[in-house]
Amino acid sequence: MARTPAELVGANPGPSFEITMDGRPVTALPGQSVAAALWSAGILAWRTTRNTGRPRGAFCGIGQCYDCLAIVNGEPNHRACLVPARPGDVITTQEGHGHADLGV
Amino acid sequence: MPISASDPYDLAVIGAGSAGLAGAVTAAGLGLSVALLDASPQTGGQFYRHPARAIGAARPEALHHDWSAFAQLRRRLEQSDVSLLRGHHVWAVTKEEGALWAVHAVTGADGTAERSVRVRARAVLLATGAYERQLPFPGWTLPGVVGAGGAQAMLKSGLVLPGKRVVVAGSGPLLLAVASSLATAGAQVPAVIEASGYLGYARHPRALAANPRKWVEAAVHGAALLRHRVRVRLRSAVTEVHGTDRVEAVTVSRLDLDWRPVQGSGRRIECDALAVGHGLVPQIELATALGCATRPLPDGTSAVALDGLQETSVRGLWAAGETGGVGGAQLARSEGELAGLAAAARLYGRPVREERVRELQRRRDRMRAFADAMALSHAPAAGWTSWLTDGTEVCRCEEVTAGRIREAVTDLGARDARTVKLLTRAGMGWCQGRMCGAAVACLAARGGAVEPPVERRPFAVPVPLSALASLDEPTGVRTDSAPGVGD
Ligand code: FES
Repeated sequence: MARTPAELVGANPGPSFEITMDGRPVTALPGQSVAAALWSAGILAWRTTRNTGRPRGAFCGIGQCYDCLAIVNGEPNHRACLVPARPGDVITTQEGHGHADLGV
Repeated sequence: MPISASDPYDLAVIGAGSAGLAGAVTAAGLGLSVALLDASPQTGGQFYRHPARAIGAARPEALHHDWSAFAQLRRRLEQSDVSLLRGHHVWAVTKEEGALWAVHAVTGADGTAERSVRVRARAVLLATGAYERQLPFPGWTLPGVVGAGGAQAMLKSGLVLPGKRVVVAGSGPLLLAVASSLATAGAQVPAVIEASGYLGYARHPRALAANPRKWVEAAVHGAALLRHRVRVRLRSAVTEVHGTDRVEAVTVSRLDLDWRPVQGSGRRIECDALAVGHGLVPQIELATALGCATRPLPDGTSAVALDGLQETSVRGLWAAGETGGVGGAQLARSEGELAGLAAAARLYGRPVREERVRELQRRRDRMRAFADAMALSHAPAAGWTSWLTDGTEVCRCEEVTAGRIREAVTDLGARDARTVKLLTRAGMGWCQGRMCGAAVACLAARGGAVEPPVERRPFAVPVPLSALASLDEPTGVRTDSAPGVGD
């Protein structure tokens, strides 16, 4: 019986690489979305809501809910469930509407 | 493929899932020039979602049902002249001069590459599929609560699980499929919590008898659940999620026939994730923006209304698959092929393959009957709103609580989802009501008949302003596909 999804499908991925989430290193497999890489590191939240500052992460998994918005390499409002992880990506928690750093 | 870059395509197909693929290869096989657009870097849609090639999955079919049908469609696509435009997020379809359609899309993995593309075609096939219906309950915004279809999608494409111990809850047959794939992939699934019973199916013996493949599918999932000792609890719902920063446990309550929790029946189940969903909602924004007629489905959602040959009420615009009502991949394939044949017949001005058309129509009608029986059996009963406390968030984007929506309904006189939206901002956030629309409509109806909200949105997906600004630039008719991760 398979213990992990990767074993189940007989995955033989290219070399894994690192991205960071708020400075913490996270291992990603080539072809995984940012959200998938974060889930596999046990990270479920990377955004806080505008009004009450509550944590959120991926919910619908298919690009419909926009709950998974993240700051990717300095740019806010990326849907982490759709964006593929690339080596060296810097992901940071998106607070509120994500424009805090931009002064708007 | 059009002869020169300035020629329009014969057919633009939106969505590369089962219906869109079948429609595209059928039309191309008859000699039509076809563009196939999809937001994803891969074909397959949600049902056949699979890992990117770079993950090197030797057995992607281990997480799928009926993979060979998809493999065959994919082969036919590779052998065809269809222009596959991956990473194209279609936000509108408009009418152009000379009876042409224009399909507008923004490109990139999440539509933020800000290259806007216009594809012109003589006919359009909408195969946009469905998304999950969600009903809120206290704690459903906590990290670790994920869509049931979402958990499935993340597993199929990214090979990840939201937790180690995952409760699956909601209603509809998708839950069995989700629970069996999560368990097969190594998650512990303490229970599947289904709000309906399965007895409703027994009232439609004809539809059941005519669709034996559905039984085989159910038996496969059932066997997997037994093997993993997953308990299925019928007529129950998760009525509360516990935890501060993430899911720690859920409370499961028994429901009466109206889906009201039975007092004192709450039981706590420890878990670190909850996968929840209450069936699927056809994605019809592109069609309604063009004024296509819709039809109500037995579960309270709406689909695009279609004639016997899959054409919408707007001439030259076809639809297939879940866009016309949720019914599964097999039905989507039949409808896609039918639409492809019908569009070709229209463009040629004479019928093509009449024998095959009649066979597909028979098949479609049989499967539609089953889909209707299924939708009716799992339709939410009005009492589900008693799961909500005043503080429960209903609109996830704008953080609008059930209390504020009830206030808009009882004190301010709102009678429909639109008015509630104007008064509270529920449904005005990023997702444009996709997650809360069904719930808000129920609350506005106050237990009476729910009017399915037929939303007319100018844009089917949020579009960067810069993409709109570039619209007046002369965009090529043909376009190269955006760089994608690939199948
Ligand atoms: S998880 Fe819903 S948009 Fe990404």
